[in-house]
This record gives sequence, structure tokens and C-alpha cells, in this order.
Amino acid sequence: MSRIAELFARKNNRVLNVYCTAGYPALDSTLPVMKALQQHGADLIELGMPYSDPLADGPVIQASSMKALENGMTIAVLLGQLKEMRKEVNVPVILMGYMNPVLQYGFEKFCKDAAAAGVDGLILPDLPAYEFETEYGAVIKRYGLDFIFLVTPETSEERVRALDGLTTGFLYAVSSSSTTGKDKNMADQEAYFNKLKQMNLNNPVLIGFGIKDKATFNAASSYANGAIIGTAYIKALDNANGDVAQPTQQFLESILQ
Amino acid sequence: MATTTYQQPDKQGYYGAFGGAYIPEMLHRNVEELRSRYLDIMHEAGFQQEFQQLLRDYVGRPTPLFLAERLSKAFNTSIYLKREDLNHTGAHKINNAIGQVLLAQRLGKKRIIAETGAGQHGVATATVCALKGIECIVYMGSKDIERQAPNVARMRMLGATVIPATSGSQTLKDATNEAIRDWINNPTDTHYVIGSVVGPHPYPDMVARFQSVISEETRLQLKQQTGKELPTHVIACVGGGSNAAGAFYHFLDEPSVQLVAVEAAGHGVHSGMSAATTQLGKPGVLHGSKSLVMQTEDGQVVEPHSISAGLDYPGIGPLHAHLFQSGRGNFLSATDEDAVKAAFQLCKLEGIIPALESSHALAALNQLKLAATDTVVLCLSGRGDKDLATYMKHL
Repeated sequence: MSRIAELFARKNNRVLNVYCTAGYPALDSTLPVMKALQQHGADLIELGMPYSDPLADGPVIQASSMKALENGMTIAVLLGQLKEMRKEVNVPVILMGYMNPVLQYGFEKFCKDAAAAGVDGLILPDLPAYEFETEYGAVIKRYGLDFIFLVTPETSEERVRALDGLTTGFLYAVSSSSTTGKDKNMADQEAYFNKLKQMNLNNPVLIGFGIKDKATFNAASSYANGAIIGTAYIKALDNANGDVAQPTQQFLESILQ
Repeated sequence: MATTTYQQPDKQGYYGAFGGAYIPEMLHRNVEELRSRYLDIMHEAGFQQEFQQLLRDYVGRPTPLFLAERLSKAFNTSIYLKREDLNHTGAHKINNAIGQVLLAQRLGKKRIIAETGAGQHGVATATVCALKGIECIVYMGSKDIERQAPNVARMRMLGATVIPATSGSQTLKDATNEAIRDWINNPTDTHYVIGSVVGPHPYPDMVARFQSVISEETRLQLKQQTGKELPTHVIACVGGGSNAAGAFYHFLDEPSVQLVAVEAAGHGVHSGMSAATTQLGKPGVLHGSKSLVMQTEDGQVVEPHSISAGLDYPGIGPLHAHLFQSGRGNFLSATDEDAVKAAFQLCKLEGIIPALESSHALAALNQLKLAATDTVVLCLSGRGDKDLATYMKHL
């Protein structure tokens, strides 16, 4: 059983996945951030691989990516940092990023090195289903990595089922049609979330985009198995001043307690 | 047949190894709606009638195919200029803008967004939106807003909202990112008018088809004026590559016609200040399709440089990447300096002030070994009024 499947077998509600850009706020803060997240209650960690042109992200995550790139973060550096990760981090770890840097690193080499470092799954939002089915999916599976597809309120029921069929790990339900970090009212999407709930999908569902505090996390968890927080945590790290543990603790306590 | 991958991509939008639709799920519905309907709509009699009528009565088509006698003499050959600079709004961009706005109306869209570098595509889109009474938002890099002030003023006069792209390098690639983000955030009522043969399928094919009026007219005019079926060369500049795609389109499957694509070498291909994508780029994914992309070793997109904002783009359309890789296209490059020199030559010999983009195509005449018996068609993609400030520095 994969580490992600184990997590959902053990816990199927209020699962908290926290996103952080690798190499942010400092080049060597990736592991300290992961350790702090694990220690203070994150069930899953999604590490963003910084890219110069992150289409699906809003300004806060884009700015953190730019900072991480200035700090010198690359896929090679990140996978180097993650080599010893499993000595200290037990929660599932997902790498999120865009296709171009992964293609330059070498798609198969990337999957191989990520799996060897103990990474559990991938989110590549600009790798569409067609390309996954014809070319990349087999490579991802060869290295035992889960691949998480996104669905949105605009995704038809038929397509949700198709993407659920391709997904392993969990399905990422984008709360509204938007880039990350937009304030939208969760209640407006009630019908969409309920529809997903009633579809009896193969995979657990985590809701992402717009989850920023205890209220939105609780609301999302009432519709799905849990939620993903990104922008709000990056903002919390803005005040880190070299120490990521304290703001991480404070942030996660504000959500979970 | 291999030839179909030149003129038309396969069902998934691939020209050979390049193309496709690398988009996040948030754009799937929009792109799928467009993909499933663009050909049917473009073939509707009513659509064609309105499109052709606007091209004729509003844009001023057909544009002349002009035998540039003094320029021909200078190169000891026959050079015909396809005068896209005589289109309303001053460049070929209007052909595509009209086509896409009419298409968006038939898709029931109420709001148009566009990206622009030099401003020509933004002005063209703002113009058609004004004509049709549709809301228009144009994203433009803050740096480009500074260097292309007259076009910003034009767009505003035409009623468009110009939104500065302040992320990244604040130029065309970032304006494109911002436009895509707007589309993600407005998935139902908005159509994104992409200005070049880039982006996810079906954009490269759709834009090439709207621009193919250039080569369609060229073939007919050449026959009428010279009796010849085909030119020996067709020359066009390439940023993303829309005027080149249009100028090449009806010659793609005519192997005797040499297709010459001219990229911007900036300060020199290897100067670190260049936009010559086929020379400097590697296969990659940018703005929704797989093509050649200028990037660092670890896949970060690098900022190109060209004296012409319209060629200042770190990628090329997938059709062009395929033409390059297969050898069907002859890819050359011209430096900023070459382009300015070629512009002044055309001014003095023919009384035409070309856009800086088109000047790159003109600069390639020096690099081709042209025979007296050759028939060269050069796409003069736009006029140089917008570039006067730059030209004045070289007077």
C-alpha cells in the first residue's frame, strides 16, 4: 500500500495537506519546513517545485516561486535535499510543479530520483489526461508514484469519473474555477461538492484553492476527506525571519485547534 | 501523408513532435469547447460571409502584392512585398482578431481578453471589440506599456482596459501568463484571443487558418501579375510566428517554394541578448503547447531580447518548430542592427516605413543567394509608425 493510501486508510476526515514552495523562504529551509509541518499536525506535504511561469498559481505562490528561484532552487537541488528526507519525515510527500522543468530534468529520471528519495506522488497541473494516458502515466507508475488529477466545478461528471479512474492517491477538487489564493465563498460551491460526494469516487477527495483558516478548513472537511492549504501558509512564512518552526506551529494551531 | 502535419496538425494538435494542449484542468472546458467547435463555426456560410465582408470593407483586403522594383534591383532579383502594413490598424494582426471575435460571439462569449507585446495585437483586438460592442481587456507587460505608449493610448481610445502585467519580466510572456490566469478565473463568459500561432491546440491551427488569407491572396495575385503559379521564396519574420504561418500556409505543401523564417537575433545569437528561438531553444512546454523554448538548463524560461517588441518572445509556434526540425523551413536570424539598416533601405528605395518586425524579414535578403530568375515574396507584416521613436535614434 502506498504511503498516501495508508494515510487515508487510517484517517478519512479532516486530512490536512499543506503546500510550501521548495526553497522558500530560504534555499535550505525545505527540510525544516517539512519537519515543522509534520510535527504540528500536517497529514500530507505538497512541495512546490518553483517555475518561472506558473500558470495556475496566484500572485502569492508565484512570488514565493520567484524567491525560491533566486535562492537557487532547482529540481536537482531539491531532489538532493530530499535524499535524507525519510530519516525524519514520515508523512506522505507530493511534488507539485509544471511540465517544462520536469521535461528538462528528464521525465523518467525525475520519477526515478523522486521515488528513490521517498516521494509518494506527483501533481503536474499542465500534464493533461491525454498525455498521461499515451505517454507519461506508464513512466509514473513504473516508479510507484501516485498521480493526482485536478477537477473543477466546470469538469463534467463524465470527466470527473474518467480523471478519478486515472488518479491514484486522492482527487484534488479545486474549490472554484480560479488560480490559487482567490477568496471565494465555499458555500457557493455546495452543490458541486455534494455532487462529488454522491458520486462514490474511487479516490478520497481533498479540496484546495481558497482554504485559508479554521472556518474554511472545517467547511471543506465537511464536504470531502480534507483540504489543501497553500497561499495562507506561504503568507504565514513571510514573517519567518529565519525560523520556520514558530510560524508553522502558530499557523497550524490556528487551523487545527 | 507527412504533408498534412505541415498544413494541419493531427487530432490532438500535434505538428510532428510539437503542439498538443498542456493546460491545467481549470482551462479544459474552455479549450475543449473551442476545439470541438472552431472548425464547424469557421466553415459556416454565415460566418464566412461576415468574416470576408469585414476583411474587404473594414480591413481593406486584399492587400496589394507590390513589385518593389528598386529593392529588386538592389538584390538583382524580383521581390514582391505582400503589403499587410496597409491593413486597418497597420498590421496583419487584424485578420486573426476579426476571426476570433466573430467566433467568440458565436460561442456566446461576452468578454474578450488578449495579450500584447508591441501592442499591435492589442490594438487589433480592441478595434474589433469596439466595432462589435464587446468588453475588451488587454494584458501588457509593464515594461512594454512604457516602450509602446502610442499603442497603449490607441487601445484606451478604442475603449479597451489595459492591465499591466507586473509579474516576472513584465513583458509579453508575462502578459500571456496573466491573460491565461484571467481566463482560468472567468471560465464561462470569456474568450481569450491569442495573437499568435502559439498556445494550446486549437489556437495554433485556428490562428494559422485566419492568417492564411495572406498566402491565399498571394498565390492568386502572383498568378495574375506574373503568370507564375509559385514564387521561389516566401520570407517572413517569426516571433510567435503568425504572419509567417499566414504567408507560408498555401505554400506549405509546395516543396519547390523555399519558406524563409527570420528570427530576431537581438545583439547577436550568442550575445545573451537574443530572441532566436530555433538557435537557442530546446523542446519544452510553454503557454500550453510543446515547442521550442528558450530556457535555462533546469527549465526556467529565459527572457529574450529584440529591438522589436513583437519578436521579443522566448518560444515559437509548434508549426514553426516542426518546419525547423523537419528542414522544411529555412530559419535565419537578423540582429537589431541588421533590421534597422534594412528598414532604412526600404524607406529610401521604396518609400515604405516598415515595422521593426518586418525589417527582420527584409534583413534576410542579404543572407540569401538570390538569382535574377527568382521570384521572392516578402511579407511586410506591419507598418513602422509605432516604431518611430526607435528609428529616430538611428537617423
